Amino acid sequence: MVKLLEYQGKELLSRYGITVPKSIIIKNETSIPEFKTTSFLKAQVPVGHRGERGGVVKVNNKAEVEKAIQNISKLKFDGYTADSFLLEEEVPHDLEFYVSISLDRSTRLPVLLISKKGGVDIEKIEDSEIYRYSINPLMGISDYFSRLISRQLSLPDILTISLLQLLNSLFNIYKKEDAELVEINPLVLNSMKNGLIALDSKVVIEDDAMFRHKEITDYTSRWLDPLELEAKQKGISFVRLGGKIGVIANGAGLTMATLDILKNNNADAGDFLDLGGTDDPEKITQAFELINKTNPSALFVNIFGGVTKCDVVADGLIKAISEFKPKFNIVVRLKGFREKEATEILKSNGINSFSDMEEAVKKVIELAGVK
Amino acid sequence: MVIILGKESKIIVQGITGHQGMFHARAMRDFGSKVVAGVTPGKGGEKIDNIPVYNDVDAAVKATGADVSVVFVPAPYAKDAVIEAIDAGIKLVVIVTEHIPFHDVVELVLYSKIKGARIIGPNCPGIASPGLSKAGIMPNMIFKPGNIGVLSRSGTLTYEVVNYISDFGFGESTVIGLGGDQVIGTTFIEALSLFEKDPDTKAIVMVGEIGGSAEEDAAEFIKKSVSKPVIAYIAGRSAPPGKRMGHAGAIISRGKGTAESKIKALEAAGVKVADLPINIPKLIKKQLI
Repeated sequence: MVKLLEYQGKELLSRYGITVPKSIIIKNETSIPEFKTTSFLKAQVPVGHRGERGGVVKVNNKAEVEKAIQNISKLKFDGYTADSFLLEEEVPHDLEFYVSISLDRSTRLPVLLISKKGGVDIEKIEDSEIYRYSINPLMGISDYFSRLISRQLSLPDILTISLLQLLNSLFNIYKKEDAELVEINPLVLNSMKNGLIALDSKVVIEDDAMFRHKEITDYTSRWLDPLELEAKQKGISFVRLGGKIGVIANGAGLTMATLDILKNNNADAGDFLDLGGTDDPEKITQAFELINKTNPSALFVNIFGGVTKCDVVADGLIKAISEFKPKFNIVVRLKGFREKEATEILKSNGINSFSDMEEAVKKVIELAGVK
Repeated sequence: MVIILGKESKIIVQGITGHQGMFHARAMRDFGSKVVAGVTPGKGGEKIDNIPVYNDVDAAVKATGADVSVVFVPAPYAKDAVIEAIDAGIKLVVIVTEHIPFHDVVELVLYSKIKGARIIGPNCPGIASPGLSKAGIMPNMIFKPGNIGVLSRSGTLTYEVVNYISDFGFGESTVIGLGGDQVIGTTFIEALSLFEKDPDTKAIVMVGEIGGSAEEDAAEFIKKSVSKPVIAYIAGRSAPPGKRMGHAGAIISRGKGTAESKIKALEAAGVKVADLPINIPKLIKKQLI
């Protein structure tokens, strides 16, 4: 998932016709402007609760901005640090709404969530205060939506039209930009202008759809664990975990099951690495290189040969071992397509392999010296 | 399962001239499937192992009477390929392709319902009934004809489980890999209701994983509408929250979609949940006696 920073999200909102406060983005000290209106300086990091953590500061002039930037730059937000800031005019307002569109996996349809209790986490809003509306993407937002919502939320009639425009814009962003989530929290009512204004934005674009959004820059993945980032760039499904036993398996389900079996034996995996259905020995070398960098106590390779051929994995493994000369022990479990050939290849290179998963797991735990 | 795939089903392969398409067209034929044609735009007139290739699905269907398609077309073009298949009258579309944007799949699912077609997948290994036919990429050697129905969100783990079931002395009526994405064409509930009606299936094995609430929804359905014994395994008990575990759909988000929640819901519905895949056959045995 590609998480957009607040200002990127607001650029999208604005482009689709949703009103956002007047603002400028500050990426370095030279770009700080002179100004007089009371404003907020907001750290551009993809996490919630920035305000509570000192990431949003009220400022009145350039000097205060400079000082605030110095202070915020020292802060860590769930591991993220801010290197860009949004300087945004304060917007006086009465009502704060929560509104979002995301995917409801159960109905397999987009769902619109809206609440009058905005400004706090959606998780903290009582279910009875959240209204949910399924959207059929072949039909889009119907006019009656805003009438219905206005009635259910007891909104003044004058808002019905702007609400309808807002919902249409929000849905257009969701669909055309391939979003997983478009959230405005809070969306506020500025009674002077009788308009709805988005004070914050949270937009997440689907990874798999990025091929049709070359114009979107992913600023947040650089904060990923460096190895996870490397894996992402190589197209390997890899998650860093806390344990000492390295894991390479094929297929997401089998890889998860492998971690579970280790856990069942009171051992923790150091990673999740799904080789996928591959017949490319190079992929195995790349996977091995990643694991090598995690410095595990032992490596467990768990392969069920179906589409993947066991002997291809064995060949790749031998090549990788000679290339990286790892210091850790390796236990291989192979089953299925070309299992015999693979076992022979490993044996002639001095590596014992197992067919039984439980036996292999016990062996790797023993060699890792975890317990 | 004759209801959706039988010995007489005529299969086309969309993307047959690619490496995967070619390999699996052969493997399906070796399994006993009737692979009648392939489709690759611009490659019409060629032959892959005597399987005629057409430029479009309509021509392939008109020439062969095909009713099933297995789609290997790359993700950016997959939506178009599936619409083409459905428009040509294909009734079962198995989408093997991985990484199709979920927005595309949401629309495909709605469209398939309008046109009365069924989608299995995407990002799935397909469907196989030993002795009858296979549409997809599951390895042939793991199967044994029998009366256990298997449905699963994963690929390799399904093979592992089917292999355990066959090795133990049971066999399978039908195995369906539903796919690992957030949005899939055939859900657990839809597949469970097919197995409930299938006279060849005596017990059902369900392989789930973290993410979403498909297993919880299935548990509700089982409680009300499934009379056959159900045995389950849920992968991902040790997965951390907020991380995608390989499959696009395998993510615990905002505290929802944990293995614990799924196991609890299934057990409350009377489903026997195995702690390890290898223990599934023992639970089947207990349930069938």
